[in-house]
Amino acid sequence: MATAAAAGAHEAHEHAHYTTTGLNHRKIAMWAFIGSECMLFGSLISTYLVYKGRSVVGPFPHEAWTSPTGQVFKPILNIPVTSASTFVLLMSSLFMVLALAAVENKGKPGYEGLLGSSKFWLAATAAAGATFLGFQAYEFTSFVHEGLTIKTNLFGSSFFTLTGFHGTHVAVGVLWLMTMLFIDMKRGLQPKDAINIDIMALYWHFVDVVWIIIFALVYLIK
Amino acid sequence: MSTDRVHADHVHEHPTWKQYKWVALWLFIITVAEVWAYYIPALVNSKAFVPSILLMMVVKFTIVVMFYMHLKYDHHLFRKLFTGPLTIAGITLVAFLFLFGKL
Amino acid sequence: MASHAIPTHASAASPSSEQTGLWSWLTTVDHKRIGILYLYTALFYLLVGGLEALLIRTQLAKPNLHVVSAETYNQLFTMHGTTMVFLVVMPLSAAFFNYLIPLQIGARDVAFPRLNAFSYWVYALGGLFITLPIFFGLAPNGGWFGYAPLSGPTYGGGFNMDFWVLGLQILGISSLAAAFNFITTIINLRAPGMTLMRMPMFTWMSFVVQFLIVLAFPVITAALFFLQFDRFFGTQFYEVSAGGDPLLWQHLFWVFGHPEVYILILPAFGLVSEVLPTHSRKPLFGYNVMAYSGIMIGFLGFGVWAHHMFAVGMGPVADSIFSVATMLIGIPTGVKIFNWIATMYGGSLRFPTSMKFAIGLIAMFTIGGISGVMHSSPPSDLQQTDTYFVVAHFHYVLYGGAIMGIFAGIYHYFPKITGRFMSEKIGSWHFWLNFIGLNLTFFPMHFSGMLGMPRRIYTYDAGQGWDLFNLMSTTGTYMLMIAGLVFAYNFFSSRQRGAAAGNDPWGAPTLEWSIPSPPPEYNFAQIPEVASRYPMWDLKAPDRTEGIAHSHADAATIADAHAVPVHEETERRSAKELGIPMPFPTIKPFMVALGILILFSGLIVLHAGHFALAMATMLGGAAFMVGSLYAWLTSPLE
Repeated sequence: MATAAAAGAHEAHEHAHYTTTGLNHRKIAMWAFIGSECMLFGSLISTYLVYKGRSVVGPFPHEAWTSPTGQVFKPILNIPVTSASTFVLLMSSLFMVLALAAVENKGKPGYEGLLGSSKFWLAATAAAGATFLGFQAYEFTSFVHEGLTIKTNLFGSSFFTLTGFHGTHVAVGVLWLMTMLFIDMKRGLQPKDAINIDIMALYWHFVDVVWIIIFALVYLIK
Repeated sequence: MSTDRVHADHVHEHPTWKQYKWVALWLFIITVAEVWAYYIPALVNSKAFVPSILLMMVVKFTIVVMFYMHLKYDHHLFRKLFTGPLTIAGITLVAFLFLFGKL
Repeated sequence: MASHAIPTHASAASPSSEQTGLWSWLTTVDHKRIGILYLYTALFYLLVGGLEALLIRTQLAKPNLHVVSAETYNQLFTMHGTTMVFLVVMPLSAAFFNYLIPLQIGARDVAFPRLNAFSYWVYALGGLFITLPIFFGLAPNGGWFGYAPLSGPTYGGGFNMDFWVLGLQILGISSLAAAFNFITTIINLRAPGMTLMRMPMFTWMSFVVQFLIVLAFPVITAALFFLQFDRFFGTQFYEVSAGGDPLLWQHLFWVFGHPEVYILILPAFGLVSEVLPTHSRKPLFGYNVMAYSGIMIGFLGFGVWAHHMFAVGMGPVADSIFSVATMLIGIPTGVKIFNWIATMYGGSLRFPTSMKFAIGLIAMFTIGGISGVMHSSPPSDLQQTDTYFVVAHFHYVLYGGAIMGIFAGIYHYFPKITGRFMSEKIGSWHFWLNFIGLNLTFFPMHFSGMLGMPRRIYTYDAGQGWDLFNLMSTTGTYMLMIAGLVFAYNFFSSRQRGAAAGNDPWGAPTLEWSIPSPPPEYNFAQIPEVASRYPMWDLKAPDRTEGIAHSHADAATIADAHAVPVHEETERRSAKELGIPMPFPTIKPFMVALGILILFSGLIVLHAGHFALAMATMLGGAAFMVGSLYAWLTSPLE
């Protein structure tokens, strides 16, 4: 699905063709895609919540668990680490809007220095996204070491699927960001290219708001 | 078509660094508050915990969508394309929680 | 799109729609040719799904027959449902979306022509993926609804349901990509002056359907991912011993499944809403109410899913809510029925084949609609659920509704697509054979169902009062097959030898009839400026639309620098001569679709136990897909 959206997002009549609303084709398609994603993540989050507390064996997210063989498992979610990764993803959204502002206002007064460097902000956003993925890789591997895999119980299945889908979206976003960064380095993005960054930013921020929901519903509420 | 209609989506001025830094600061403060709340056992055990986390989540969500995604400034069509599906997704989620005895 | 030549693009190479040969079809990005590809592919699958039905009915013709084995029977009814829903009715609707939406709104193509080709190729390849296994006895066998845990690894461990799970994922990509495309097209490519409330009703209904697809398909995507992970990666979503709940699948499936019902029927409603006014020579009665009730059906369609599940015992509150919502949705649907009847009332009626099918839809859909309202009451539904009564109900709405509406559309638009008329005489034979056959097949099912005959059973004993009704149903099915052959003969012979049709053979009111048949590759040499709901009647029969708001040209129209008033275009010049930039043909959308198919096939290899080969297939498919995608995105459109 992400593929289809990416395909739609890049393709359109680039020239000044007539449009009914004066809006960009790809931006309309991207918002429609985001609407669709609301239902995808709505289903994934619903499933996680419906299955919360229904696992017959541990480890559990917020409660300790002693297995029949006497092995003790701590509550598995690591709030400090996830708070840090949440902070990184929130900051990436700031970098993203600054990248968009830099491209939109290239050459305008007030955008001479760092604020006008679209390359810097695109790279910063991609780096923040990659850092978030690094945190997630750390989280997943430590869970596996503590005895929770996607096969262990309903919590494992629904948790890894939900956060894994979100992580995949972040990874696609990082790839997209790096592609735009590559184009920026190759030929320099101009204000006329701002629509491309605008559309990518919508996707990126949406992935961020999904994490805002996941962080509250999965990590914080017991 | 006349050029002003072709470029209508650029008429709405996006916010600048001046607003963005406040948005980022508020998001940061609310996130700190969320995590802080998690570490206050008295609050966690009270009835106020879940509503307050949900409230902070909704505020953060709204701030990002309105300012970072420019829905506050952009064409009303985009607002409709987003809030319509979001509403249906929200209602479906609540219905699921009810149907599976979680409410 | 500017209607006048943009000089800088005049030099751009223009692909000609006269091109023929396999390569031109593989690389086409013309919405009309893609529509034709959808039409032919879906008609082929109609034959496949029909043959499956024929075998099912032959098996059930008499008690205790053994025409096919029980296992084959399971595969047949699963594939009959899956084929008809995903490979026939949706793509037939998509054929009309593709062909008609740009023509009806006065556009030269869809918003994303290459994405459009991509949607078709994903559908074509996904259709093969899910259909071919039947030749190896490996076709899906767990029902078109794939109820977990029957479709899960514990009870459905073979390859059969793998093809179903993965095939539906592939087909979902196609529908979603097309939906984003058509939403953008309808929002952003309407000709100057064509407000939403001036859009032809088919475009309106299509618009609603695209939103239903955008909102419903992600839900089944999620549900299928859970099932896929259960089957391939050992997750426990539907594993009852681990606390998993089979009702989760049912709820997710029907959150998708009920809007899907409207995805199937609303395009047919749109088609008959074009046919009825044309042949009544009178504007559609209550246009606004028709549009709003379409939106209402779409919205309410998301709040009725659990009426498929009354038998599981959800409790009085949930039962009541879903029951009331289901009864409510009967209102906008009933409004449509009455508006069609009122459209014909006092009209100057003609009865070509398309009109016969349109009126047939009104009658047959009403029967299915009424039995649908019966199901909305839980106590009544508990008697009917999982019996042939339900089979009768949904065949009246899907065959009597969707298929009849699509046939009306095919007869109506055949002259536009081919430039030739279909034979009215053979068409009349087709209609009556079809009409009698469908009632002979499905009406007796009400009785066999009420007498307790369950759905999906392989065979039955004599002496339960079902024998006669089953024999009637089987006879009717053979009649439908003959009707199908009559249609096929009419279709292909008219394609060759039909009488020539001009721009506007029916005297219809909307923009697609202002251009030559078949339309030139660029559709409109000059983009028309629309000032009313029935622009062609303003030109030819202004008396028909007087006194109805929006229906006649109003004085205050948008003065547009480039557009010209609605007019008939008769000249046929190439896009190059006119200086209209056309998108280049490209193979890349096909390649991306192929990459997706390879990627998903890797999971079948994984199930077969070849881990290294599976990884190689999936990584290779993903690399091929991403590489082709980048090649596509970095090459210019036109």
